[in-house]
Amino acid sequence: MKGYKIIVLAKQVPDTRNVGKDAMKADGTVNRAALPAVFNPEDLKALEQALRLKDNNPGSTVTILTMGPGRAAEIIREGLYRGVDDGVLITDRKFAGSDTLATSYAISLAIRKMAPYDIILSGRQAIDGDTAQVGPQAAEKIGIPQVTYCEEIISISKKSVQIKRRLERGVETVEAPLPVLVTVHGSAPDCRSRNARLLMKYKHAETVTEMQDSTDDYLDLHDARPYLKIKEWTVDDLNADEAWLGLSGSPTKVKKVTNVVFTAKESKVLGDKDEDIEELIKELLENHTIG
Amino acid sequence: MNNIIVYCEIDEGSVVDVSLELLTKGRKLADELKCELEAVAIGHEMKGIEKEIFPYGVDTLFLAEESRLYPYLTLPHASILTKLFNEEKPQIALFGATSIGRDLAPRIASALKCGLTADCTSLEIGEHRDKKLKKDYTDLLYQIRPAFGGNIIATIINPETRPQMATVREGVMKKEIYAPNYKGKAKKLDVSKYINEEDFVVKILERHIETKKIDIKNSQIIVSGGYGVGSKENFDLLFELADVLGGEVGGSRAAVDAGFIPHERQVGQTGITVRPHLYIACGISGAVQHRAGMEESAMIISINKDPNAPINNIADYAIIGDVGEVIPKMIKYYKKNAK
Repeated sequence: MKGYKIIVLAKQVPDTRNVGKDAMKADGTVNRAALPAVFNPEDLKALEQALRLKDNNPGSTVTILTMGPGRAAEIIREGLYRGVDDGVLITDRKFAGSDTLATSYAISLAIRKMAPYDIILSGRQAIDGDTAQVGPQAAEKIGIPQVTYCEEIISISKKSVQIKRRLERGVETVEAPLPVLVTVHGSAPDCRSRNARLLMKYKHAETVTEMQDSTDDYLDLHDARPYLKIKEWTVDDLNADEAWLGLSGSPTKVKKVTNVVFTAKESKVLGDKDEDIEELIKELLENHTIG
Repeated sequence: MNNIIVYCEIDEGSVVDVSLELLTKGRKLADELKCELEAVAIGHEMKGIEKEIFPYGVDTLFLAEESRLYPYLTLPHASILTKLFNEEKPQIALFGATSIGRDLAPRIASALKCGLTADCTSLEIGEHRDKKLKKDYTDLLYQIRPAFGGNIIATIINPETRPQMATVREGVMKKEIYAPNYKGKAKKLDVSKYINEEDFVVKILERHIETKKIDIKNSQIIVSGGYGVGSKENFDLLFELADVLGGEVGGSRAAVDAGFIPHERQVGQTGITVRPHLYIACGISGAVQHRAGMEESAMIISINKDPNAPINNIADYAIIGDVGEVIPKMIKYYKKNAK
């Protein structure tokens, strides 16, 4: 077989980078509806690494795997517009309340169902939780090695992959055997834009649920063009043990959530006049804040 | 059994700061829970490491030494800790939230099927009542962390699974010697019983790690700039002020994203957490993400054109003015008044 089978783990996340005033409800919980849903930024960087592998290795395929509510199919379409071959959405009410351990369990079952594969790529972490845990936990559950903090995939062969890692104080190059799970760091190159031709080709790509809910009827279109069907798997498709999913499968519990509030201190307001600045500097010198 | 264990990250034969900070915290928690504090160090050529670790109040130090265990590799370190945790059954296991700790801890948590909380900023002991199950828990670890881009603070607990695992960011906890002559026991692990050959399938080909890093975290004075500084050139003024005062220069994420300063100087939730004696925020509006990394500074001075900038609410002194005019005055009057 030519090329590589590549899986990209991606997540649709609320855009926590642009949090407005209405982002929190009065009771201190997050108002998800007020935040736009986006393709997790580091997952997009993982997608770019995957697409580069595909570009350089003809015959390769890239599949996006995502878990979330029905609307998370949006990021599979975003992937298709950029050169991904197909996508799988795992979605089920029984996943609700999953922490990273329960999530990685569900993801690992989906990955096993997609076997054989050569390399699994994901962002290092998602901006809604910043945990960086699901990648390594999924790798452990499947029983393959992991390489985290990847900045660049340097080379790949049928046996192994060479990866440059971005660490706190420098870089490290490692070689890992295939299959391997790689998490991609924010310092990796940005993802390419949507391709106009692919946008036209895949704009009606939908999951079964989306087709049922849609007012337009693309059934004939989907029968004629099977690549427009986005796969949708539930707990039953994964043969999952429900005890390990959702709240019951999540060892961590949220005890309390508090909104971050400004704690107002007694502030002394100064102007930029010379006297004000000199007075301040003298004060700082006197109380040994500066020496 | 049922003690607190801290994974000590090794860099060039000595323990990194965040691990020492965790030992300090671990000792306090152990005193509160009336249990022992344990540490584990995995590496190579760690001579004298006991002397470094015991003064933090460590009762037992587990040592795994072998040439292939340094530099860090995920699988062998994970194998050793998974087996050790199965044997020792710690109630709490702590890791630094570094590229190593965040790579390692989830692998172990998955193998042990236990709860893990990333990037905690505070750890406390507390109780919990599960109203549905009508079940009371005592002596739980409260794992407190910012979430949702720093917009909320969440307290996480793991009522049922052990160990209760957490990673903690560097610089958010104090590093303090507990007793200089504290007597702990060192236990050498028979490494061959903890690892197998397949743990070495990933190979390190090359490493370029800088020995001297910019030391913002340990600087007592930090002059930090935001997007409002305006340009890379204007940051020169900040460097000048920092130089005169004997401090370091930091920046907000917006300043880093704009290319004004390099990422290693970023202060905030996704950068470094600092708590200097003096933090001078120049042209920084004060987004929660930034404040999360600096609001514990002993004194905060903000310089901002906008009198309503949120940073002014946490500043001890808010100078309303232009950074380009205020900083030269500060340098001038410092030079005039300092001996």
